[in-house]
Amino acid sequence: MAGTASEEITTVDSGDTDLTAAELESNETNTMVEEGTNPLRKMEISVAEADKRMGKNSVNIQETYTVYLIETRPIDAVAEGQNPAPDALWRRYSEFELLRNYLLVTYPFVVVPPLPEKRAEFVWHKLSADNMDPDFVERRRVGLENFLLRVASHSILSNDKVFYHFLKEENGWKEVVFETGFQAKADSRLKGLNAAFRVKTPDKRFTELKLYSDELQSVSSQLLRVRARVADRLYGVYKVHGNYGRVFSEWSAIEREMGDGLQSAGHHMDAYASSIDDILEEEEHYADQLKEYLFYAEALRAVCRKHELLQYELETATLDLAFKKQQREELATGTVRTFSFKGMTTKLFGQETQEQREVKLQVLEEQIVEGEELVKDKTVECEEFVKNAWVDMERFKEQKDRDLKEALINYAIMQISVCKKGIQVWANAKECFSKM
Amino acid sequence: MSGIVVNPAVSCTPAQEITADLSGQMLELDEDDDLEVFSKDTTLTDGSLFNASMPTSPASMINQFEEDADDKDIFVTVDNPESHVTAIETFITYRVLTKTTRSEFDSCEYEVRRRYQDFFWLKGKLEEAHPTIIVHPLPEKFVMKGMVERFNEDFIETRRRALHKFLNRIADHPILSCSDDFKIFLSAQAWELTSHKKQGPGFLSRMGDTVRAVAATVRGVRNRPEEFTAMQEYVDTFSQKITSLDKVTQRILKEQKEYLEELKECGPAYTLWSGSEEELAEPLKGVASCIERCCRETEGQVDQLSDSLVPGLHEYVLCTETLKAVLKRRDNIQAEFEAKNDTLANKKTDRDADSKDLGFVLGSFLGKNPEEAKRQRQQRLDLEIEELKEEIDKLENKMECANNALKVDWARWQKNMRGDIKAAFLSTAERNVDYYEKCLAVWESFLLSQRSDLSAESSREQPLDPQETTKDASPQAT
Repeated sequence: MAGTASEEITTVDSGDTDLTAAELESNETNTMVEEGTNPLRKMEISVAEADKRMGKNSVNIQETYTVYLIETRPIDAVAEGQNPAPDALWRRYSEFELLRNYLLVTYPFVVVPPLPEKRAEFVWHKLSADNMDPDFVERRRVGLENFLLRVASHSILSNDKVFYHFLKEENGWKEVVFETGFQAKADSRLKGLNAAFRVKTPDKRFTELKLYSDELQSVSSQLLRVRARVADRLYGVYKVHGNYGRVFSEWSAIEREMGDGLQSAGHHMDAYASSIDDILEEEEHYADQLKEYLFYAEALRAVCRKHELLQYELETATLDLAFKKQQREELATGTVRTFSFKGMTTKLFGQETQEQREVKLQVLEEQIVEGEELVKDKTVECEEFVKNAWVDMERFKEQKDRDLKEALINYAIMQISVCKKGIQVWANAKECFSKM
Repeated sequence: MSGIVVNPAVSCTPAQEITADLSGQMLELDEDDDLEVFSKDTTLTDGSLFNASMPTSPASMINQFEEDADDKDIFVTVDNPESHVTAIETFITYRVLTKTTRSEFDSCEYEVRRRYQDFFWLKGKLEEAHPTIIVHPLPEKFVMKGMVERFNEDFIETRRRALHKFLNRIADHPILSCSDDFKIFLSAQAWELTSHKKQGPGFLSRMGDTVRAVAATVRGVRNRPEEFTAMQEYVDTFSQKITSLDKVTQRILKEQKEYLEELKECGPAYTLWSGSEEELAEPLKGVASCIERCCRETEGQVDQLSDSLVPGLHEYVLCTETLKAVLKRRDNIQAEFEAKNDTLANKKTDRDADSKDLGFVLGSFLGKNPEEAKRQRQQRLDLEIEELKEEIDKLENKMECANNALKVDWARWQKNMRGDIKAAFLSTAERNVDYYEKCLAVWESFLLSQRSDLSAESSREQPLDPQETTKDASPQAT
C-alpha cells in the first residue's frame, strides 16, 4: 500500500490548478470598475442579429461562417428614457466556446451555463440539420443570448473581466483570454478528468449529484427524442388534411346542393393543415428549453468530477505524507516495520552509515514539511471548493426547478392554444358540413 | 345452418288469438312498441307500381319518399355474426331480423340466418329485375389489402354494418322492397331459400340474355339522351373524387395511428423523469397524466375514423361501380331497341325492294309462279314486320320504363348520397371538436393546479393572470 502511492502521484498533476479564494478576490478588483460594483449587472445584453462571413479557417481553407452581433447598453440609461446607441461587436460561435472553456477552467465549482448545440440534434424531418439553415441560426442566436444572460446574472461569473472584455472589446479579446494562461490549466485539468482514479472516501452528496446528472442527461435526451418523433407524426396528420381542401373544391364543381358546403369546408381543412407549421415552431422553443438542461447536466457532472479530482489529490497527498512520516520514524529508530526494497537490500548488503542516514533524514524532513504544506493547501482547497460548489448547486437547483416548471407550464399553455385552434377549425367545418 | 322463423301462430302479441287473416290484427298492435301504427297505403306495396303509362316525374316521387320515412312499415336488422364450421369450409352467418306489417308477409316477425353468399344472390336478383335501379353496394367480397383476415373481429363488424345498410336501403326503397326475392330472403328457412335460388330463368335463357347484352355492348348507343350523358359525366368525376377522398381518409387514419403510437411513449418519458426530481416531480407527473388522457382521446378519434368515416366513404367508392353498371345497362337497353329498329328498317327495305328483279328471278328459278312467289314473299315479310313492330313496342316500353326508373332513382340516390356524406363528415367534425374540447379541459385543469401551487408559494416571477386563460376559454366562433 505505501509503496505504490508515490507512483500514482506522478500521473496526476497535483500542481496548483485552481484559483484559490484569494485569487478570486483579486479577480474581482481587476475588473474595470469605477465604483466597485458589478457593471454587468447594470447592462442590457442582447444578441441582436446573425450574419454570414467569409474567411480562412485554421487549415487555411476559405469557409463561410456565421457571426452574431452582441449589443450592450447600460440599463440606467434606458430606464432614464435616453436611448443611447448600444455598443456592438460581432462574434462567432467558436469564440463563445473559447469563453466558456475559460470559465470552466477558471471557476471549476460553478455549474457553467451551456452553449446552444453545435449541430442540430433531435431533429424531426422538417427541420434541416444544416448549420446554415436560417431557422437553426435563429434558434442558435436565441441560445447564445440566453447563455450571455445567464452568465451575466451569475453572482460570480458576471464579475469576470474576460467576460466583460468579451462583451466590450471586439479585437484583442483573444489575447486577454490567452494571457490568463487558462489553457495550460485546461490541458492538465482535462488530463485529470480523463484519468481513471478512485476516491477512497467519496463525498456522498457529490456522488448523489453525479448520479442525478447522469439521470438528468438520460431522461431529458429520451424525452427530446420522443418529442421529435411525435412532432413528425403530428405534422403528417395535419398536412394530409390539406388534401381534403383540394378534393372538396374539385368535387364541389359537380354538386349543386352540396357544392357550397364542400367548398367552404375545404377552406377550413386548408387552414387546419397549415396551422401545424406555427404550432411546431413554438414547440421547438420548448424543446430548446429542455435541451439547455440536457447540456446543463453535463456541466453538473463536470463539477462533480472536478471535486472528485480534488478529493483524490488530497487523499493522495495525505497518504504520501503519512508514508514519509513512517519512513522517517523507521530511519530514526532503525526499526523496519514495513517491508521495503530498501530494507531488504540493507539487510542483504549491509547497513548504511550514520552519515548516509542523517542525510536521508534531512531530505525526508524537508519533504515532510512540504507534504504538510501540500496537505494543508489541498484540504483548504477542497473545503473551499465544496463550500462554493454547494452554494452554486443550490443556486442551480433552484434555477432548474423554476425554469423547468415554467417550461412545463408554457407547454401546457401551448397545448391549450393548439386545442382552441382545433376547436375553432372543426366547429367551422362542422357548420359547413351541416349546410351541405 | 338453420333459420329460425318465429312461429306465426304465436305472433307479436301473445295474448291475442291469431286468425287466418292477420291484416285485421295488425291495426290493433299499437300497444307493441316495436311497430308503428299506420294506415295502409296500397300504392306503396304494389309491386306493379311501375309502368310506362303512369306519370313519373322525379319530383313527385321524392315527395312520396319523404312521407315514407314516417310511415316505415318494415324494419330490418343485421346482427349477431356467428362462425360455422363444416367439413368443407368455415364461414360466418349473420342474423337477419325483420319486423313488418306488410300484408305480403305471412308473419310480422322473422328471424333468419344468412351468409354473404345469400346477400350477393339477392343483389344479383334485384339488379336483374330492375336493371336501371341503383342498388346500394355490398361490402367487398374479397379483401386483398393488408393482412385483414376474413374472421378478424373488426372486419366482421364492418361487414355486418355494411350488410345492415344494404338491406335497409332495399327496405326503404319503394320498388325494391316489394321484390319477391327480398321477401324470401328475409323470411325463408335455409332449405327454402336454397331451393328458391335454384329456380328462376334457366341457364340457357340466362345465356341468351348475356349474349344479347354483349352484342348490345358491342353495338353501342347512337342517340343517348342528353341527361344520361350528363349522368355519365357526373359519375366519372364523382368516381374520381370519391376515390381520392377514400384514399386521403385512409392516409389520415394511418398517420393518426402512428401519431398515437409515438404519443404513447411520451407520458412514460415524463414519468421516468419525475423519478429523479423532487420539486419537479409533481408537475412532471401532471404532464405525463395529461398526455395519457390525450392518448385515450386520440384512440377515440382513430376509432371514429375507422368505424365511421372510412367505411362511409368506401361504400360510395363501391357505389360508383354500381352507377357505371346501371348506366351501361340503360345504354344496352336502348342499344337493343335501336338495333331492332334497324332490323325493322332493313326488313321494310327488303319488302319494298321486292319489286326488283332479283326476287322475281329467284322465284322463277324455283319453278314457282313469279307472281305467286312475290305475293308469298310479301306476306312473309309483312308478318315479320308485324312481329318486329310488336317486339319494338315492347322494347320501347322497356326502354322508357328503364329510363324513367333511372331518372327517379337517380334523384333518390343523389339525395341519399348527400345525406350519407354529410352525416359521415358531420360526425367526424363533431368527434374532432369533442376531442379538442376534452384535451383542452385536461390541460386547463393541469394549468390551474400549477398556478394554485405558484400562488401558494412566494413567487419569484410574475405568473400570468389566471383570469386570462378563462377568458380565452370560449372558442371564437366565426
